[in-house]
Amino acid sequence: MSLSAIIFYILAATIIIFSILTVTSRRILRAAIYLLFVLVATAGIYFMLNYQFMAAIQLTLYSGGIVVLIIFSIMLTSEVGDKFERPALWKLLAGVSTFIIGTGLTLWVLLSHVFKVSDQQAIDVNMRSIGNSLLSLHKGGFVLPFEVISILLLAVMVAAIIIAKKEEDNTKSDEI
Amino acid sequence: MIQGIPITHILVVSVIMFFTGVMGFIIRQNLIAILLSIELMLNAVVMNFLVFNRYLFPHHLQGHFFGLFVIGVAAAEAALAIALILNVYRRFKHIDPDKLNEMKY
Repeated sequence: MSLSAIIFYILAATIIIFSILTVTSRRILRAAIYLLFVLVATAGIYFMLNYQFMAAIQLTLYSGGIVVLIIFSIMLTSEVGDKFERPALWKLLAGVSTFIIGTGLTLWVLLSHVFKVSDQQAIDVNMRSIGNSLLSLHKGGFVLPFEVISILLLAVMVAAIIIAKKEEDNTKSDEI
Repeated sequence: MIQGIPITHILVVSVIMFFTGVMGFIIRQNLIAILLSIELMLNAVVMNFLVFNRYLFPHHLQGHFFGLFVIGVAAAEAALAIALILNVYRRFKHIDPDKLNEMKY
């Protein structure tokens, strides 16, 4: 077994174990940290696939940005030592059976399908080609989704500020 | 591609990650924990995009860019969801989705 295969299987095991821990841990802060491990291991797989840019985005945006944001909101909404009560039995049964049936069905389809792995020369993904394709109007360009997502981000930024800001006192007085 | 690793092994990992997210979405009783499950699902999707791109169409970049856009949408969704959760918490002092039934009739 080559070194890259060993590293891949370690990363895969990390992802599977910690993603299951993320949804089963009864302490919310630990669940967020387990999610951080999953995201970092995923970034490792992106590095192994030779997508350095995506791996860097994964590390900075996901594990740097989103996880920190989630930990902040956990701190604001619950005590550190809080433990969840156990989920209701029917919920547990529904969740686990969805997991088993879904995984089984998808894996059955996946493993019975033969993928034709391409043997063409992989193109080099460097910053220059990424920037050119993101802003190109021609074939292989992604300028429309790029603009759409920039408008989406702007709208979300405005919306998040409006939703999360404190209400004025005159609107608050007529509640309760 | 990764030397010596067939494509199905990576896809198995992302399938398990996705359905773990679905399971967490069903069994969790806290809005932030549900948000964590959604992040797991989105992460599995991005991984699928990149793996298919690298193994099946290495001379294109479509999967790479759609992975990039999915990450952007995930960031937007997380920011908005956290704003909503904080607003709900300020109003009701808890974030249990089962007890948030004010708008039901």
